[in-house]
Amino acid sequence: MYPFVVFVLLLLNWIIFSGKFDAFHLGLGVISCLFVTWISQDFLFYDRSKGLKERMHEAWAFLCYIPWLTWEVVLANIHVLKLAMTNKGYMEMAPRVVTIKTILKTDFAKFVFANSITLTPGTITMLVRGDIIHVHVMSQFLEDDLLSGAIEKKVAEIFEPGVLQKA
Amino acid sequence: MLKKKRKEQERKMKDSSFIPVLAETMTSSLNDLNIIQIFGFLLGVLGLIFFLGAAVGMLRFPDFYTRMHAAGKGDSMSTMLMLSGLGLVTMEDYSLGSWLVFVKIMGIVLFIYLTSPTSTHVLMKAAFEDNHMPLDEKDLKKAKGKKK
Amino acid sequence: MIDWFAMLVGGSLFLFMVPLLYRIWVGPTAYDRILAVNVIGTKTAVLLVVIGALFDRVHMFVDFAIAYALLNFLASVVVSRYLNRTAAERNVEEKTKGARA
Repeated sequence: MYPFVVFVLLLLNWIIFSGKFDAFHLGLGVISCLFVTWISQDFLFYDRSKGLKERMHEAWAFLCYIPWLTWEVVLANIHVLKLAMTNKGYMEMAPRVVTIKTILKTDFAKFVFANSITLTPGTITMLVRGDIIHVHVMSQFLEDDLLSGAIEKKVAEIFEPGVLQKA
Repeated sequence: MLKKKRKEQERKMKDSSFIPVLAETMTSSLNDLNIIQIFGFLLGVLGLIFFLGAAVGMLRFPDFYTRMHAAGKGDSMSTMLMLSGLGLVTMEDYSLGSWLVFVKIMGIVLFIYLTSPTSTHVLMKAAFEDNHMPLDEKDLKKAKGKKK
Repeated sequence: MIDWFAMLVGGSLFLFMVPLLYRIWVGPTAYDRILAVNVIGTKTAVLLVVIGALFDRVHMFVDFAIAYALLNFLASVVVSRYLNRTAAERNVEEKTKGARA
């Protein structure tokens, strides 16, 4: 089943990027997508024990997560604009490194968590080693915000609902 | 219809001076705009403002890690806003071809959304393992004193 | 009107790239320079789409922009990996020198 999903995703990409709908181009697309799927279908979707229903649920939850993330990106940019343009924001700046420990287990969830930290205001992930994450933050206020762990909870709700119940 | 308009404009161009004609063409093209295009203009100008913030931050911040904050965020956001604004502006008719172009532009946006944090993270890791430590408070005070 | 908008956006992009060029010129470390090059590359992808809007060939220039964004990302990742590796080698050399002496 997973090879079929990979094939459909590749074909969708082909259709968008070629922009031609006659039989010749579509046939070329089907042939090349079949070839690529045959060579490298095991690169996508590392954990294959999950069923299709669970995956669809994950994808839907992730799509719902994106607007919230976009709003966070807007906030981050207003924050950086304030720091760069006004003198008062420049004086408030106090960069430091904070170490936090995650409850997330799988690599993909950690990847989403680290990228979300990078996109939220005033925080950037520096290093991820095992379940310890070093974060560079701009000021004290943001550090408190980070340590409250709102992003981690959101990511855990999407990808690993089991972890939350244990903790 | 269009040809008639153009001919009239050309005749006016010959007859009168340059500036009133320019104003007239601008206002007439403003009347032709629909609301989606105006929204696109607004998005583009907002993106320019955010990019100005990123550039000033790159110039002004005291050390590499703080410059990373300016570059990594202002860059992705301003690219997103400007590209979606351009995508909305260049949609002339709502045919399949123009929709495909719009989806491709959104594909660039998605790609940059994915890769910008990754390249930021890789650069930061490289700098950290090359023994460039972030500023501590003494150095920060020195840097701020210089600015004053 | 699209022409006016494209000229405005393209000209301002060029204007705002000047501080980044300054950062490339004087940047204290190599990492500052790569960072500024990365930002300029991303903005060049936007500039390609603007040029497409000026010439009424957006469907063609969008493909160039995609390729440019891809190459830009690859370039920044490869250069930082290279610097990372040379830094690690230097660290190992220093440690072995200390062990001999």
